[in-house]
Amino acid sequence: MSLDRKPDPIRLHKELTAIWETPPGWARLSAVNHTTLGKRFIITAFVFFAIGGLLAMLIRVQIATSSTAFVSPELYGQFFTMHGTVMMFLFAIPMFEGFAMYLLPKILGARDLAFPRLSAYGFWCYLFGGSILIVALLLGAAPDSGWFMYTPLSSSTYSPGINNDIWLLGITFVEISALSAAIEIIVSILRLRAPGMSLERMPIMAWYLLITAMMMLFGFPPLILGSILLELERAFDLPFFDPTRGGDSLLWQHLFWLFGHPEVYIIFLPAAGAISMMIPTFARHELVGYTAIVVAVVAVAFLSFGLWVHHMFTVGIPHLALAFFSAASGLVAIPTGVQIFAWIATLAQGRRPRWDVPMLYLGGFLFIFVLGGLTGVMVAMVPFNWQAHDTHFVVAHLHYVLVGGFVFPMMAATYYWLPHFTGRVSDHKISIPAFWLIFGGFNLTFFLMHLTGLRGMPRRIDAYPAEAGWDWLNLISSIGGFVMAAGFALFVVDLVLQVRFGTAAPRNPWGARTAEWAMPTPPPAYAFASLPQVQDRADRLDPNSLGTDLAAGKGYLPFARNGWMETLGVDMATGKPGEVIVLPNRTYKPLISGVLTCAFVLCLLFKFYWASLLVLALVVGSLLGWASGMGSRRDCALLEAGRGLVLPPHWQTERPPSWWAMVLVCAADATLFASLLFGGLFLWLVAPAWPPPLVAQPSLTIALFAAMMVIGASLSGRLAVSALRQKRSAIVMLRLAGVAQAAGFATFLLMALQVPDPTAHAHLAVIFVVLIYAAIHAGIGVILALHGLWRWHGGYLSALRSLDLRIAQLWHYYAAVTAIISLLATFLFAFLASHAEGPRS
Amino acid sequence: MLIGAAVIFLAVLAISALAILRPAVVASFGARRTILWGGLIVPTVILTILVIAAFALGERLLATPREEMPLRIDVTARQWNWEFRYPGGESTANKVRIPVGEDVDFALTSEDVIHGFWIPRLGGKLDAIPGHTNVIRLRADRPGTYGGVCAEYCGTGHAVMPFTVEAVSREEFYSVPAQSAELRP
Repeated sequence: MSLDRKPDPIRLHKELTAIWETPPGWARLSAVNHTTLGKRFIITAFVFFAIGGLLAMLIRVQIATSSTAFVSPELYGQFFTMHGTVMMFLFAIPMFEGFAMYLLPKILGARDLAFPRLSAYGFWCYLFGGSILIVALLLGAAPDSGWFMYTPLSSSTYSPGINNDIWLLGITFVEISALSAAIEIIVSILRLRAPGMSLERMPIMAWYLLITAMMMLFGFPPLILGSILLELERAFDLPFFDPTRGGDSLLWQHLFWLFGHPEVYIIFLPAAGAISMMIPTFARHELVGYTAIVVAVVAVAFLSFGLWVHHMFTVGIPHLALAFFSAASGLVAIPTGVQIFAWIATLAQGRRPRWDVPMLYLGGFLFIFVLGGLTGVMVAMVPFNWQAHDTHFVVAHLHYVLVGGFVFPMMAATYYWLPHFTGRVSDHKISIPAFWLIFGGFNLTFFLMHLTGLRGMPRRIDAYPAEAGWDWLNLISSIGGFVMAAGFALFVVDLVLQVRFGTAAPRNPWGARTAEWAMPTPPPAYAFASLPQVQDRADRLDPNSLGTDLAAGKGYLPFARNGWMETLGVDMATGKPGEVIVLPNRTYKPLISGVLTCAFVLCLLFKFYWASLLVLALVVGSLLGWASGMGSRRDCALLEAGRGLVLPPHWQTERPPSWWAMVLVCAADATLFASLLFGGLFLWLVAPAWPPPLVAQPSLTIALFAAMMVIGASLSGRLAVSALRQKRSAIVMLRLAGVAQAAGFATFLLMALQVPDPTAHAHLAVIFVVLIYAAIHAGIGVILALHGLWRWHGGYLSALRSLDLRIAQLWHYYAAVTAIISLLATFLFAFLASHAEGPRS
Repeated sequence: MLIGAAVIFLAVLAISALAILRPAVVASFGARRTILWGGLIVPTVILTILVIAAFALGERLLATPREEMPLRIDVTARQWNWEFRYPGGESTANKVRIPVGEDVDFALTSEDVIHGFWIPRLGGKLDAIPGHTNVIRLRADRPGTYGGVCAEYCGTGHAVMPFTVEAVSREEFYSVPAQSAELRP
């Protein structure tokens, strides 16, 4: 260790690069670096965007006039379903994840994200899951029930093929990536910042991404649950959505839009965050209304979970309830308005704003997004909604919001950060004609579509009669679509030219004041040669002098130690440094786990259920393998962190990032569980074909035994931790926890198997799934207890190094609570079903 | 609503342009006040009025119970046609006759997947959902033929599921006993 030597920038760069860089060739597959993975996400997402765009072109050809139809309704169904699916799940979300991954550590003053291998695993899940969908499209077996997959059309009775299984399994696979990104983003923002960067000093983008990631954490589980239930119905005939057996198609709509509406803001908010970074730079004035914006974004997050029903105004919900959701939907315009006016006020504060390409694209954003917001208020009004719902008016509205609110800001962001990505600036102004083609083409396509919709054209029809009088509107829309496509082609050409032939950019070419510019461009893999101390709000920095200082090693951690990838962990609120976080080095493990997970999904897709269990065991084994080599076999002394600071390594602290990750996993899982219980109550309350012919009769004795086992497991888990902390052997308690969880697992499985014929009625199916859910959680408890034993025998545990057991303990607690709620729910559902009122239809 | 939206749209664009071209004008209004008025006060007022007006209008369009219930026609949707059943027992496929100048309740359900019942010129739409019955109240003020479509994607025949509504005089409608259970004046 060479901590005493005077830092030499060149040597420091070489030493850090040797540790952090992803080598060329096949070793690229082992990358875990946020810069590399961020770029991969962005490029992959752009490829999917091109595929989605191509599908849009095919759609526009099909309905250009009443006589241009060139594909069958079957194929057309696949086109529009895949267009929506690709744009939402394979383009928008991963694109923002890529931007977040690339930028976050750099604006927070950290060297990487909290869980680099999770980023890599998320990328493989995304790539493989997306590829399954695209391959299906090429084989003509793509999903075809619309991107929101309404049952019963999407259930096996009306869509018997493999098409919709591909949607359910492929998209759930991709969502693993979204959830892991959400956890990664939240923990990184809360814990991996530069020293001194308290929450209120964070750059505004960090607030946006933090809140967005929270929304993902609670927004995605309902859809994942819905997908699991629908796949269970399709594969094993459990009737959650079948109205003839106590299911209800409306349950799917609730679960889908409970995800689907927050999704819109999950897409918009990161883009708004990027806008809030760009506007101050071009206004040459710091962001006005920082606090107001944070409050507004939090308000959007809460409101967005309270207005999903506005997608369901025409399903026959009582008018007063509609009025509530209508008001909430209108209300969300207010925090959005606050943001827009904060940007306008920022622009007005400085001298005259600097005009450059990103500003042009932001102008496009404002024009289109405000129009989309206004039509949004219109469709939020119930009587108007009854007219416009499911017509081309809504198609126009959603494209104004999503293209205006995401695509245009992201193109502005691309031009803004491209010098950072590539170290080059653009000499050619092809970006300007590209903008006008995209902007003009977009409005030509979609502005007229409002009219087409008001004239009565429903969405998703593959043909229409000439008498309807929609020909000229559709033809102009289609022409506009092709103009827009030409614009995007030009955009790509411009990017390629800039990446290949642009002239070298000076550091910080726009004169920005945030930390990502305080590094050489293109950025080195380690981002910062040493980490900054932040004294003020992090959008008031001087990147030029800061960058020189950091490169010269004047910040924290200005050295390479033990070949470790090190960054600092700080206190969540105050930003006081608390630990040295040692990140895992590059490895093929995420790729292996990703490939195995893909094999598992394919097994389910082709209905090799027994083989899938084997593959699942391999997936779990490979994920456990991530732990090997992590942590330490001996207690470490405090580590030097530079600038006179000494800190413990993260595995010897009380609440390191991985502990928080487990908390977040439990939070997401609890949301899924709550959605399941909501589903059970909803069906009892609303679904036709109740009461059930057969009511489940769970045994109280067995239930009490199961409860005792899971409570016993969490006590043992707790005692294992205290034994370890008192320097005693944890082995007995770990074994006890394992045995108790195994007994719990077996008991819940037994109870599930005792449910009479779960395919007979949704009531039985719900109880069956609730019990299986509890069994799975006990089963994970077994694995964690075994993992603890393994770590014990490996010598990784001590009084100071109890992290593995404390994480397991969190799970044992959580599993016990949900298991007991599962038991209560089982009895409650059985009671409700046996007291349900006479037959209803 | 259209005019209001156009005014708001132009106002926002104008203020933005002003902020860029003549920043001093907007800056003199004060940053806090810009955010407060533009983001909070003005939209709150507009939205409150809109929500109340929409609720009042919605109440009128809803099939609320009343002393003498309107004529009720049962509609069953299936892939890919519509079956209409009159109180008098007659049923027709893909076309329906209704009396002019009188509210008519369409009670919608589906035999298979979700369909959307929509006669654009007569009013809003409502979904026909298997296992549920939804009622929509419509009224034709003038005699004539109105086109109806399926609005919710329902499979490959979604585009070829039109129906027609023929609004005829009340005398003509009620003279067919198979349509109306009891004769109305």
